[in-house]
Order: sequence, then structure tokens, then C-alpha cells
Amino acid sequence: MTAPPPADPGDADLRVEEATARPVHLRWRSLGTVVVGGTLGTGAREALALTFPAAPGTLPVTIAVINVVGSFALGLLLESLLRRGPDRGRRRDLRLFVGTGVLGGFTTYSALAVDTGLLLDGHAGVALAYALGSVVAGALAAAGGIALGAALARGRASSRARPDRRHDS
Amino acid sequence: MIAPWLFVAVALAGGLGAALRLVVDGVVRAAVSTRLPLATAVINVGGSFVLGLLTGLAASSALAPGWLLVLGGGLMGGYTTFSTASVETVRLLAERRWGPGVVYGLGVLVLAVAACVLGVLLGSA
Repeated sequence: MTAPPPADPGDADLRVEEATARPVHLRWRSLGTVVVGGTLGTGAREALALTFPAAPGTLPVTIAVINVVGSFALGLLLESLLRRGPDRGRRRDLRLFVGTGVLGGFTTYSALAVDTGLLLDGHAGVALAYALGSVVAGALAAAGGIALGAALARGRASSRARPDRRHDS
Repeated sequence: MIAPWLFVAVALAGGLGAALRLVVDGVVRAAVSTRLPLATAVINVGGSFVLGLLTGLAASSALAPGWLLVLGGGLMGGYTTFSTASVETVRLLAERRWGPGVVYGLGVLVLAVAACVLGVLLGSA
């Protein structure tokens, strides 16, 4: 048996994580965080989908908008967290709650698949536009969120480097 | 509009689905070593198949509409995720892995729709 390297005594998160050897996806705390976030995200999606339902044979605009907006938000969140430091402690909690939970529950792949499948029967053009449009717009939105997260992090870093010019932006 | 208790049940089912996604994601990552984001693909294709199955069962009246909402829109809606699939596709493309990025983005889409249609056919049979 080799002893694990000693943790930085100043880092409480690291000490806690070494004490609990379970991987993050099997910890009750992580699972509870994701359940609460996922409940909020799914509730928001369901409320929007019930308020703005798609007529049969037409493009499911509500789910498409939800998926694209959620992709942008997840790109922004993950890039911002990544640039703030390692994935542990409060940053990991935030990623699990907002990313895996809220945005994971808000966006949905299965509704995209089932609506595309149903539209293929008689409305193949709409089905193709919906499916391809969602994936392309979702990727562009995620890229936009990542770019914004990176730009915000650069702005923060440069305002720290030049404290006298902090109020420029 | 639906009954408030049904809405709450759908949302809670989504929370459980999201937690199930966390577990399956971790298990697949631990079991399979690959540079492709395989776990999200497994989750989205599998969840699409189950939603298709539920939709087919509801269409043939074997499943009540309320259960389709809770298990379909809630549990499977929360289990599958579009946002992670988008971010993972972009990360592949950002590493200039154009082929894997495009194949992943479109491949998961085609497989998910095919799995879903198969599910609908099985469910309504």
C-alpha cells in the first residue's frame, strides 16, 4: 500500500474529498444536488412546453429554443468554471447543480428524437429541418457560450493585472 | 393545462432522471476508456429508445397519458440532455478533430431518432 500524497492543509475541499473515496457520481451529496437542479430544470421545460405547445406537423419551436438556449448557457457555465480553477469544492457543486442538474433537465434529447421520428411520417422536410437545425444551432450556441466565458475570464484577468484601470469597462 | 400534482410529479421525475444520468455517465466513463464522449451518446440514444417505447405504449392505450408525461417528459426528459451533447461536439471541433466532431454530432442524432422509431414500433405493436 502506498499512502496518498499529503493534501494541502489549507484546502478543506481536498481533505473532504480524500476522506470520502467514493467517485462523485456515487455520492449522496452529488446525487441530491443533481436531483434538485434537475427538478427545477425539468419543471421550467415542462411549463414552457405546456404554455407554448407545438401544433401537430409543425416544427417544435419551444423545445428547439430550450435546447439552443440551454446549450449556450452550459457552454458559458463550463468555460467560466474551468477558467476559475480545478473542478472541486464550490465550483464542482455549481457544475453539478446548474450544469448537470438545471441545464441537463431543462434541455432534452429524447423529445428531439421522438418529435423528429413522428414528423418523419408525413412531414419529412420539417423533421429534417428540426433535427439538423437543432444540432447545428445547439453547437453554434455552445461555441458562443464558451467564447463568452473565455472573454469574460480574460477581462477579469486583465482588470486584475491593471488595478488602476479596473473601471475602464 | 395539467393538474398541479401531475406537474410536480413530472418535475420530480426529471430530477431523478438527471441523477440517473450522473450515475450512468460515471459508470460508462469508468468502464470504457475512449476519447469520444461515449457516455452522453449512450444516455441520449438509450433515453430516446425508452421515450419511443413509452410513446408507442401510450398510442396503443397501454399507458395512461399521465404516465407518459411523468415517465416520458419527466424521467426521460431529465435523463437525456441536449446541452452536454452540444458542448461535447464543440469541444471535439475545437480540438480540430473535425471528423469525430461531425460524426459524433450527427451520428448520435441519427442513432437516437432510429432508436426512438424502433421504440415506438415495439411499443405500439
